[in-house]
This record gives sequence, C-alpha cells and structure tokens, in this order.
Amino acid sequence: MEELFELLRFGAQGWGDELATGVWLTIRLALATLPLGLAIGFFVALAKNSDEPLLRAAANVYTTIFRGVPELLTLFIVYYGGQIVIGRIVALFSDAYVEVNGFVAGMVALGLVFSAFASEVFLGAFRGIGKGQYEAGSALGLSRFQTMQLIIVPQLIRLALPGLSNLWMVLLKDTALVSVIALDDLLRKTNIAVGATKEPFFFYFVACMIYLVMSIISSIGIDRINAWAQRGEAR
Amino acid sequence: MSETSTTAVMRPPATRRGWTRARVLGAVWLAGWVALGASVVAMFVLGFDPDFFWRYGPRMLNGLLVTLQLVALAVALGAMLALPVAFARASKNPLVGVAAYAYVYFFRGTPLLAQTFLVYYGAGQFRGLLESAHLWWFFRDAFNCAVFTFTLNTAAYQAEIFRGAIDSVPRGQTEGGLALGLSRWNIFRHIVAPQAMIIALRPFGNEIILMIKGSAIASVITVFDLMGETRLAFSRSFDFQVYLWAALLYLSLVEIMRRVWDRIEARLTRHLKRDSD
Repeated sequence: MEELFELLRFGAQGWGDELATGVWLTIRLALATLPLGLAIGFFVALAKNSDEPLLRAAANVYTTIFRGVPELLTLFIVYYGGQIVIGRIVALFSDAYVEVNGFVAGMVALGLVFSAFASEVFLGAFRGIGKGQYEAGSALGLSRFQTMQLIIVPQLIRLALPGLSNLWMVLLKDTALVSVIALDDLLRKTNIAVGATKEPFFFYFVACMIYLVMSIISSIGIDRINAWAQRGEAR
Repeated sequence: MSETSTTAVMRPPATRRGWTRARVLGAVWLAGWVALGASVVAMFVLGFDPDFFWRYGPRMLNGLLVTLQLVALAVALGAMLALPVAFARASKNPLVGVAAYAYVYFFRGTPLLAQTFLVYYGAGQFRGLLESAHLWWFFRDAFNCAVFTFTLNTAAYQAEIFRGAIDSVPRGQTEGGLALGLSRWNIFRHIVAPQAMIIALRPFGNEIILMIKGSAIASVITVFDLMGETRLAFSRSFDFQVYLWAALLYLSLVEIMRRVWDRIEARLTRHLKRDSD
C-alpha cells in the first residue's frame, strides 16, 4: 500500500506532478468551454422562443443534432472534420500543413453539446417568465434590448441556474473524452501513468477520486452562486 | 372624464409582417441546414464506392446491433439493480444508507470513460484473484466489461430517478393504504409504485437516451459497437464519410427512441388526460 502512495509523489519519481498538470488542463478546458456553450445556448434559446416559425425550426434542428449524436462522435467529427475543412481552405492559399489544435477541437465539440442542452434549460427559464414582464418593459419605454438586459436576464439567471449547474457537472465529466484525441487531460495522464507503472486499478481509482473532488468543489461553488442569485427572493 | 380618454387608448404594436430580421435569420439558418444535409447526401451519392460500401456497410450495421445489445442489457440489468439501491438510499439503517449513497455518488460523479478503464484494465490486474473465483472468463471480454460498467453506472442514475419518483408520491397515499390495513408491500405494489412509475417515465427515457450516446465509449476499450466499427473503418480508409454515417445512425436511433417513448408515455398517462387538453 505504501509503495502505491509513493507513486503519487511529486517530482521525478512519482506521478503526482503529471496528474496535477492533467487536472489543470481538464479545469482549463471546462472553464473555456463554459462561456462558449452558455453564449451559443442562450442565442439558440432566443431563437426557439421566437414568434418566427422558420427561426424556431432552424434552432430545433440544431438541438436535435447535437443532443442526439454521442459526445465522442461529435468530438471526432469536429477534430477530423475540422482538420479536413481547414486543410482544404489553407491549401487554397499556401501549401503549409496545419494541424487542428486538440484543445480547440475539444472546446468546440463540448461547447456544441453543452449549448444544445443549455438552450433547453434557457428555453424552460424563458417560459417561466411571465408575459407581463415584457409588457412592463414596453410600458416603461424600454427598447427590446433593454427589456432583455434589465428585466428578463436577471430573472432568467435565477430560473436557469439549477439546470445549468447540472450541465456543468456533465461537462466536467465529459472533458475526459478528449483523452481519446490525445489531449493531455487528467485521464490521459492517468493512462500514461498506468502504462509505466502497471497499476491500473490504483491509478484509475485515484483519477476517479480527483474527478469526485472537482465535482464536490463545484457543488460548493454552485451553492454560493445559487444563494447569490436568490438574494432577492423572500424565504 | 373626457370622451377622448377612452378612444385614444394606446394600441399594442402591430404584429410585424413581411421579411423581419428574425424571418431572414431563420430562413438563412434553415437554408444552411438544408445545404448541409444536401451535401452529405451528395457526398454519399457522388462519392459512392460499392466496394467501400459493401466492405464497411454490413460491419457498421453489425456494430449497430452490438450497440443495441449493450444498451438493452445495461439498461435492463441496471433497472434490476437500481430498485434495491433506491430502497437502500431510504433505509433507516445508517450503514446501508451511507453505502448506497456512496455508490450513487461515485458513479454519478466520475466520468463513464474513467469507470470503464477502471473495470477493464483493473480487472486485468486482478486476473489471479478473478481466476480463482471463476470470474475471469467474464472480465476477459471487453464487451462484458462494458456491460458491467454501464450497468453499474446506469443503476446509480436510475436509483436516483426511482427514489425521486417514490418520494414525490404524497404521504397521504401511504397513510390511506395503512388505514385500509394493507401490508407495506401491498401499499408499495398497488398504490405507490403505479403512481411513481408514471413520474419516473420521462427521466427514465432520458436515461436510456444518455446510455445510447454513452455506449460509444465502449469503442475505446476495443468493443466493436457502432462507434468501434466506425473508428476501425476510418483508420483503414481515412474516409471521413463513415463518421457522418455513424452520426446519422445514432441520430435516428435516438430520435426513434424519443418518439417511441412519447407514444408509450401518452398511452400510459391516457387516464390523466382531460377532454379539454
């Protein structure tokens, strides 16, 4: 048992520092994906909430596709497909060889999936806001943008928060998929450690525990944000 | 009060007609989807290579069958495991409750990919132990390991679904049963369970869809499910089309599942529908 924990030491002997750099990449990837997914999800939800049937239909196609295709497959399509598309575009101008950055591919793929689910959460939140709120905005002479910014969005955040927190937890776990396209996240670093030490059970268990700790820390943070979002609510 | 005050009421703004910005955006976006769909079809028709199609097409269909088996086994076995776990979560014995909670927390809080590695490669490490317990034949096969992991994973999620559904049945229902002198089991069987099942129906359907999508992970431990066959075909041919075929197959699978589930739900909740609905 003692020898196993020796393996987790930092420095040249142990794998602690390797795992730590993997954790750092996992966190960066999740944090970079979040704003992308939220922004796209918000605009897709706006489209779904629109009075215009054409716009609603287009937005629904978006959700159907990215909710129905496995995350792993989306990642491959973005990674290899992106490679092909960008390669062809670059070939028009020069003969340089470009490689798609795994981090960006992971961020885009996870962001697309996140946004499809987030748009449903935002749509539910939009429906939870009464029509009177918009009418009050018009009555006060606010423009549509101002109504959105000053009246709707502050309430939307509170309503959407529980759903979005769930999606954040899912996102944190989905980042593990990028290890398959050779991006050095926590799971891939663990794979490397397993390859060198032949201690798969121990290392994968440690990796699972690290993911658990990350989600526990997230849920503490989410509780804080929730308390902040509900500060105006009577209890 | 003057007469004009009633006639000069401000009218709400007229609904906008014609080519509003939203309509233009919607039309362009929709056209984009149509173009994408058309180019996929064109790619398939123009780049049709019978040799390639007959080499990988049947294999991918076979992979689809493996995916279906994997999901069906995991969801069914998971449901059997989930019910006891859901009861254990509500148990008054703190030891049982904590154990069930830890199980659910572990499987819901860690990535399915990491769990799959833990079981598949972890089992290899304990080969001697498993051989002496006559379990090695099971864990030797990647497909079995995937079924095992997915079962444990989906059971954790399903246990939470069942628990939430059972909790949501009002207490008065159980009390009514007690007042009628029914046994605990009969109360559960005839009063609580039927009501809870209807509430659990939708999240259960979503869980199956998540499992269909999650099953693609099995390809990473060399299971030749739909995703596995697709990756194999791509690594041999470098033809990007195969990924698009796979995406279409998964998409249809999920959509069919969603439609069928809607039907089932409509059928099972028909007694709750009012004529005015």
